[in-house]
Amino acid sequence: MNAEKRKVLVIGGGISGLTAALEAAEAGAQVVITEKAPYLGGRVAQLHRYFPKLCPPTCGLEINFRRIKENPNVTFYTMAEVTQISGSAGDFEVTVKVNPRYVNDRCVGCDACAEACTEWRVNDFNYGLDKTKAAYLPFDMAFPQKYVIDASVCTGDCGQKCLEACKYEAIDLNMKPETLKIKVDSIIMAGGWEPYDIAKADNLGFGKVANVITNMQMERLAAANGPTGGQILRPSDQAPPKKVAFVQCAGSRDENHLPYCSYICCMASLKQATYLREKDPEAEAYIFYIDIRSPGRYEQFFWKVRDDEGVHLIRGKVAKVEQEPGTGNVTIVAEDTATGDKVRMTFDMVVLAAGMVPSTKASPFPLPLSYTPDGFIVQELLPPGIFAVGTMKGPLDVMKSNEDATGAALKSLISVGGRS
Amino acid sequence: MEERKFGVYLCKGCGIADAIDFESLTKVIKKEGKIQHIKEHDIMCSPEGRAMILEDLKPEGEGINCVVIAACSPRVKYEELDFPNCLVERCNIRELVAWTQEPKAEETQALAEDYLRMYCARVKKSDLPEPYETECDKTIMVIGGGAAGLSAALEAANDGYQVLLVEKEAELGGYGAKMYRQTPSSYPFTTLQEPTVFKKIKEVESHPNIRVMTSATIDKIEGQPGQLDAHISTNGSPEIIRVGSIVLAAGARPYDATKLSHLGYGASPDVITNLEMEALAKNGRIVRPSDGKEPQRVAFIQCAGSRDPDHLPYCSDFCCLTSLKQALYVRQQNPEALAYILYKDIRTPGQTELFYKEAQSDPGVMLTKAEVTGVTVAADGKLLVNAQESLLGNDVAFEADLVVLATGLVPATADAPVINLEYRQGPGLPETENYNGFADSNFICFPYETRRTAVYAAGGVRQSMTTPMAMEDGVGAACKAIQAVEHVAAGMAVHPRAWDETFPDPFMQRCTSCKRCTEECPFGAIEEDEKGTPFFKINRCRRCATCMGACPERIVSFKDYSVDIVGSMLKSLDIPELEDEDDPNAPFRIIGLVCENDAGPALDAVAQHRLRFDPRVRFIPLRCMGSFNMVWVSDALSRGVDGLLLMGCKYGDDYQCHFAKGSELCSYRLTKLSETLDKLGLEADRVQQIQVAISEFDKLPDIINDFVARVVEIGPNPFKEF
Repeated sequence: MNAEKRKVLVIGGGISGLTAALEAAEAGAQVVITEKAPYLGGRVAQLHRYFPKLCPPTCGLEINFRRIKENPNVTFYTMAEVTQISGSAGDFEVTVKVNPRYVNDRCVGCDACAEACTEWRVNDFNYGLDKTKAAYLPFDMAFPQKYVIDASVCTGDCGQKCLEACKYEAIDLNMKPETLKIKVDSIIMAGGWEPYDIAKADNLGFGKVANVITNMQMERLAAANGPTGGQILRPSDQAPPKKVAFVQCAGSRDENHLPYCSYICCMASLKQATYLREKDPEAEAYIFYIDIRSPGRYEQFFWKVRDDEGVHLIRGKVAKVEQEPGTGNVTIVAEDTATGDKVRMTFDMVVLAAGMVPSTKASPFPLPLSYTPDGFIVQELLPPGIFAVGTMKGPLDVMKSNEDATGAALKSLISVGGRS
Repeated sequence: MEERKFGVYLCKGCGIADAIDFESLTKVIKKEGKIQHIKEHDIMCSPEGRAMILEDLKPEGEGINCVVIAACSPRVKYEELDFPNCLVERCNIRELVAWTQEPKAEETQALAEDYLRMYCARVKKSDLPEPYETECDKTIMVIGGGAAGLSAALEAANDGYQVLLVEKEAELGGYGAKMYRQTPSSYPFTTLQEPTVFKKIKEVESHPNIRVMTSATIDKIEGQPGQLDAHISTNGSPEIIRVGSIVLAAGARPYDATKLSHLGYGASPDVITNLEMEALAKNGRIVRPSDGKEPQRVAFIQCAGSRDPDHLPYCSDFCCLTSLKQALYVRQQNPEALAYILYKDIRTPGQTELFYKEAQSDPGVMLTKAEVTGVTVAADGKLLVNAQESLLGNDVAFEADLVVLATGLVPATADAPVINLEYRQGPGLPETENYNGFADSNFICFPYETRRTAVYAAGGVRQSMTTPMAMEDGVGAACKAIQAVEHVAAGMAVHPRAWDETFPDPFMQRCTSCKRCTEECPFGAIEEDEKGTPFFKINRCRRCATCMGACPERIVSFKDYSVDIVGSMLKSLDIPELEDEDDPNAPFRIIGLVCENDAGPALDAVAQHRLRFDPRVRFIPLRCMGSFNMVWVSDALSRGVDGLLLMGCKYGDDYQCHFAKGSELCSYRLTKLSETLDKLGLEADRVQQIQVAISEFDKLPDIINDFVARVVEIGPNPFKEF
């Protein structure tokens, strides 16, 4: 058995990457995870709940983090980018650039630096819905629980207040990027996805109409650790919306934007309708859709939401989303294909079910890989020893991504020779 | 451990020293905790703090080997404060005291002192694990030779494992071999593929590590992971083969179309199922069964049985793609022929949308959203599909030469247990009824989990799916099956405590054969001998300690977790007398028992947000609420504790317990408890279980404070004086 000798690099510490890494490690491999963000967990850490169980993603993440902590064969780097890959299956050399966190391992997570910090930054974890200090913890359950200093806003003009505030010698404002060379046998790419920039769909009003938000922003509004402490409030006046529209296929299934279906958006909007209804039983949700896609056993979740009297399904593609003059409200124009009528309705808030774009579309991997025109990876065209998982290969939900990542873990081990 | 030498390490950082008086704390540790070696450090997790402890651990020096580190939550600084070959108990006085309580208040100090009493008691009872050594056969058995089973077998074999592939039919391939073409599974998703199973069959049949048994069925499987004896009959001749773990890939069958008579099945030979359509196409020419003529108008009825509460209350996931594919068969065979697809919703998720677009761009493929109300057969044999068209709400009728019913899938496990385990709790996988017979996992994060250790389901038996999806699915299940045998061989648990080297070690002399453990174990790990005495099949165990909670004789223990360990913690508490019991701030004492994966981390989040809660509750983490033993209630109440608050995961159909049944079993035990409390004249409200998710930190302070208020309202525990 030479299992110990098989070493796997997993690029990306979101749910697919974590699963691939842990399944490979528990099958006997040595695994290194690199993650660009300052924390592990990726996109799912930003979700309030998973469909269809409506359970919090942090629950499974907690188990996965414990698996990492307890497993000597798993190491990880946050704020790390793979800049170069050379060699071939069984003998890759990978160059990893670890960007400065400006906070070292002595950080205890006490918050003194953030308290002292005088600069503010837009909170990307909450999709711009609020701000944090330049010295910040990405979110309450962040793993590792270590603060970060955002150098793009930290000017140093404050007289390095954080440095004085930290009693633990944990702040190092002179930290430089580090370069690591790692030898691995196989590589799993788990770069994940980005929400489609729905401002590109001019007719849908995002960025122009204050109370038009994206589905990922809705997740943050519903989360207790989000910008509103878990209250669903519309951006213009922080009032709780009573009538909310969900616009399906915002960008997806549209030749001008994303020609594919983004897989998760129907279930995500149905789920978000339950957030709205749970928090305010008087509130009503209207879902504008082309086809409701609740495959497999998700059908029963669809039925549950459909049968809620406060949820209304309207089959029709939304043509226009615009500001109602003089109010914070939002008007939607759509064609109801069930009746053939043109629908014009006004809502307190509109949630765009924005689609999924592979992260490699904006930042391709440092390898001469071929992508589909939409930026997805075709596994069959990858060199031996390199695997793509989850949403890098096409839109998927969490459960399917985990299935895929579990299989990829085994394939990555086989690709460099079996055990005996 | 042979000779135990104890040490307590107190961290002063992170505001701990600002909140707690260390002089008084040290006295308590020495006098009541009875540990004399105590050291403080300003920052215990710093390299300097760690070096200080390491120095004490040196055998030639102090030789300390059992330590309590009173600092932050064990969820953080796990590397800095981990010491190999040393028993480490982390006493969380940062999150549970310094960050959530008023600094230097009397009750804050009392709380910190109680935590130290509890962890001094704990470290004396706890021990380092020793892995469970056992024989382990690493052969992987795959049940089912369809797409999922073939790929599971092949990849497990490619990784160097011996594989036994058991197929009930005479041939390998399953339904994947009955297809004329497969829907495309990779970019550009426009071209139909040759079936891929045949290549897999060849590879499997020629693989030196794989033994294929066809026409073979599983009579029974007995034993435990690593030592599973499969009794297999091949054409009536039995054989017993030892294997280590199992991939259940028994597949699915088409829904019985005779139940769809309203759609014309049985009324006309020209109403066929999608599977029958494949057979026609595979035979070379699609013709009408009635007269052998080529059909000119073919109607496909989607959701024939699926998405229908009277038939299959789920979407079968593959049927939209399959009908689109078969519409192309019709069009490719005869460019003059027309294909009508009548659907509720077209479900081509992800990039399969591109295939939908391809089919849609064919002018001879007509897609209509409609509710099909029935299929009638005219006197001349012509078929009439009656529907209500969604667009205009009109009743419409489509004439067709051939009607194809897009029938859904029924998993093999809906019909029979298939694996036929010789387990006291029954032969099949539990809970399949929750998923309409599918052997699916309840966990989104962990899709291959089942409640039978080392058995992993894949393919159509797990979820309805296409052949290419099943082929991928088999690989994931194979990975899990490999982990199972490797972990059994190493004496470790499998998911969700995959690192755990402890195991239940029951003191059988005191067993009364009450069988509670055998009934309650969520994983069926406990059997009974012929006299009815339980015995543990350790390799089936997931280390949730539900047996430990179930046992009225308290005989089940793990090295680092037992009824006695938690009991000793409870008994170590200081219970002050209440001078004025009407004072709402009187020093009542309450125990909080919390699930360490969910409620525990949620408490840490409360601290992260610097929210405060009542200082009169002492929290003890439990592996799982299933390990809650009722004796702890009497331990606590007889000691003078005024109430117990149990915080576990949500239960019910969408349970969040990662041991499936823990929190539910705990609530069941509590129903029995209230009768006992009543008899003792104690109010049942003194013990309460609440369901809390890991994300609900915002609700916890109120939950805790409300419970304390309720206990104060009831009044002090009358046993306090005794």
